Amino acid sequence: MQRRQLIGGLAGAALLALATPSLAQAPIRIGSVLSITGPASFLGDPEARTLRLYIDRINQAGGVLGRRLELVLYDDGGDANRARTFATRLVEDDRVIAVVGGTTTGTSMAMIPVFEEAKIPFISLAGGIEIIEPVKPFTFKTPHTDKMACEKIFEDLKRRGLTRVGLISGTGGFGASMRNQCLRVAGNFGIQIVADERYGPGDTDMTPQLTRIRNVAGGVQAVINADFGQGPAIVTRNFAQLNMGVPLYQSHGVASRSFIELAGAAAEGVRLPAAALLVAEQLPDNDPQKRVVMEYKQLFESTQNQPVSTFGGHAYDGLMILVEAIKRANSTDGTKIRDAIRATRGFIGTGGVVNMSATDHMGLDLSAFRMIEIRGGTWKLID
Amino acid sequence: MRVSPRSATLLLFLAVFAALPFLLASSFHLRVATLVWIQALAAVGLNLLMGLAGQVSLGHAGFFGIGAYAVALGPRHLGLDPLLSALAGLILSGLLALLVGRPILRLRGHYLAVATLGLGILVWLVLNSEVALTGGPDGTQVPRLVLFGWRVAGAETWYWITGAVLLVGVWLALNLEDSPLGRALRALHDSEVAARVIGIDVARTKLVVFVIAAIYAALAGSLLGLFNRFVTPQVADFLHSIELVTMVVIGGMGSTLGAIVGAAILTVLPQALTVFHDYEHAVLGFMIILFMIFLRQGIVPGLAALLPRRAVA
Repeated sequence: MQRRQLIGGLAGAALLALATPSLAQAPIRIGSVLSITGPASFLGDPEARTLRLYIDRINQAGGVLGRRLELVLYDDGGDANRARTFATRLVEDDRVIAVVGGTTTGTSMAMIPVFEEAKIPFISLAGGIEIIEPVKPFTFKTPHTDKMACEKIFEDLKRRGLTRVGLISGTGGFGASMRNQCLRVAGNFGIQIVADERYGPGDTDMTPQLTRIRNVAGGVQAVINADFGQGPAIVTRNFAQLNMGVPLYQSHGVASRSFIELAGAAAEGVRLPAAALLVAEQLPDNDPQKRVVMEYKQLFESTQNQPVSTFGGHAYDGLMILVEAIKRANSTDGTKIRDAIRATRGFIGTGGVVNMSATDHMGLDLSAFRMIEIRGGTWKLID
Repeated sequence: MRVSPRSATLLLFLAVFAALPFLLASSFHLRVATLVWIQALAAVGLNLLMGLAGQVSLGHAGFFGIGAYAVALGPRHLGLDPLLSALAGLILSGLLALLVGRPILRLRGHYLAVATLGLGILVWLVLNSEVALTGGPDGTQVPRLVLFGWRVAGAETWYWITGAVLLVGVWLALNLEDSPLGRALRALHDSEVAARVIGIDVARTKLVVFVIAAIYAALAGSLLGLFNRFVTPQVADFLHSIELVTMVVIGGMGSTLGAIVGAAILTVLPQALTVFHDYEHAVLGFMIILFMIFLRQGIVPGLAALLPRRAVA
């Protein structure tokens, strides 16, 4: 094994030596503004690690268009005002040709006008649907939207013949936005939201809200919880304590190990929509995403010494879509790269199979989400 | 001719203000300078309250946030002109300061700090949770400022606008320091009892300067909103309040020039320190500690105390 790595390294070095004349050209600069510190750091940190890791790898393999890639990475700490400042810095000072990043919807929205004006392609890593709706010429994004999470849950409910649903959501940005989307699309699936309860970000007991849901006239057949962080873990525990006796659905916002640890035995049987990355090993071998998610998972976990998260996966998808677009455009001109990103078809990422178009700057459909159930303290792929 | 400290401050600022655009290479640098002017405006106002009256406001970002959200929400919900909305924001935060300050400032001690701390957090909570009204944690867009048919855009234009506003703000603040109100404030800072004995209405004087400081912050917030054309509730969060207090303390309490220097340091340093990557925050903290140890009265008064001896000799 070690010898093979050595040989691989030597071959790489030889390649590098051969490619030196062209690598001496100015590097291609790719910008990024992420929330590596601050409240959104659990998203931003794996994103930053992923970008650094893969830019190094691409350079070891000879770069792009015979040129080295250079990552210019800034930390906005989750502050939209700082993100905007760094965005102008990327455009004016660092003269990047494209940007991957923007951890939260707030920071992404603050940066969009800067990149649109400079005609620089921008691939956001945030969930909010307003980033790409309405479509802006140079703005793209890789993560699923919360609307898709609602649709995926409703699809599963329909299959199980459950129609009367109670909704409990956090008042934070993620929970509030997902609640709105769920209320909007419920009718399309013949789902009736018969209870709509909310709780604040710091609440430590959701028993009253859940009791109200249980006592709704006519009863509920399932409960959906829209939130991320600690709230869902508390809801799940209270849900088990009250012995509600109906299925509980969480969102993709809880797709991390810490949720199972916090909720403990109460998490058993909870279902949630999530990206394939979460259940990489369980994917059937003929699944188109199997190879990509396994490779990403193994590389990330072996180099970073921490479990993979879907958020880092979004950064992987964004960077790879960009790199492939630069290769196809065979140019570093912003508009040409934009056209190439828009022409992305059948790109297989960690988040799903991406098919972009002039009217769809995300390019994911519902097949990108997998329905997952928590069984025996771990994720179990059920469809 | 002897130059009074007041005109010296104004002249120094004017010189830097006029010279900077020729020294700064890109519009990114002009943007950072613009942010300095905006933060400095809020800090100059806060310095009146902290430096002159000796009262601490730990919720100043709340007023800042009201100003910032006024220019976003006024045009959207009420169809107001952005300039008119900014004015409404100033009046609103002035009234709020009046309402909160009136009972609190009758008390002695740190009650104002506690009350403003709560107020700032309340404003932040409202901006965060009233999603239908404010757009929630993800923020909201601000329409472009149009002055008599002229679309205000570009970092350089905003540099001049915000700088000019700060210039007026500094001039007013310096005048206030030397006015009867300013002298009354300094008197009550030294001893409230003595001030009361010589006939100063302590509660009323403190209230007036608190309202003025709130209006400065709201104006700074409006400028930031119009300049960025996007606001999020972070403009009103507790950390921003602390940042404003730090600007005043580092620059030197009671010195208007100090407030500007403090704002410049806390705005420019994080940009300059990005080269340290992971150690950025540690270096920033370390520098602040150094300032506090070696220039205990703040940068400007500390350096000024070193200067005159040589200047005289």
